[in-house]
Amino acid sequence: MSDDHDDSPIAARVRELEAVLEEKGLLDAAELDRALEAFAHKATPANGFRVVARAWVDEEFKAKLLDDANEALPALGLSMGGGLQVQRLHVVENTEKVHNVVVCTLCSCYPIALLGPSPTWYKSPAYRSKVVSHPREVLEQFGFELPGDTEIRVWDANAESRYMVLPRRPEGTEQLSEEELARLVTRNGLIGTAAV
Amino acid sequence: MSERFRESDRVRTSTVDPDHHTRLPNYARGRVGTVVGGDGVHPLADLRAQGVERPQPVYLVRFTARELFGHGDHTVTLSLWEDYLSDE
Repeated sequence: MSDDHDDSPIAARVRELEAVLEEKGLLDAAELDRALEAFAHKATPANGFRVVARAWVDEEFKAKLLDDANEALPALGLSMGGGLQVQRLHVVENTEKVHNVVVCTLCSCYPIALLGPSPTWYKSPAYRSKVVSHPREVLEQFGFELPGDTEIRVWDANAESRYMVLPRRPEGTEQLSEEELARLVTRNGLIGTAAV
Repeated sequence: MSERFRESDRVRTSTVDPDHHTRLPNYARGRVGTVVGGDGVHPLADLRAQGVERPQPVYLVRFTARELFGHGDHTVTLSLWEDYLSDE
């Protein structure tokens, strides 16, 4: 049933549970909304942009980020918490020879804490099914053409871990500050459907 | 928890398409890949969806596109629970 993975039954269950808990006075709906809003407010792609810019200017941070991203994030006041559990994050680095692209073929798993809510195309069956079998063509549809000899690595976030791509630092940006570098990064760059 | 597989081991994924929830996608069933790392210890998703918590090692397994789809020069890496895997 993996291709039919769908959050609807669980969403219905959550709604029912929520209603029962409210009825029994164990849950305050307004408090729940406040908690969700606080998480959503903090969860923006600007977090991912900051992580990338720091990795570009700080080799030590970058090494830690690639080795154990969850350990590296607190240096920027960030974490993969916010949900029921802290999710493991893998940061995968683009190089001259390797380009990474992220998908969740079973549903739409995504590092919301660092990238904000996922774009609609990321959740579309078209992207999810085609990027695993024909990544080069999918990237071309995003207007992103890779050299023929670049190795493409697709990461399917099919289980507990989440992925973020560390794009290559653009050439000619040696003079830019960390803040200026962060402004060069795009959400698609963090998913791998853009160069930066 | 002892791990059955190590990095660079060749493994084959299960061919079973169960009626229940699973996290082994259809396109990666019955395929041979290489373990490229560990991905922690997590309750097996199939059982967890049925209310049973049975933690076991999860592995990062890389497959060539040719193995998965019969064409292409890229790779696809998935996180796979130990129960999904056997020796090549």
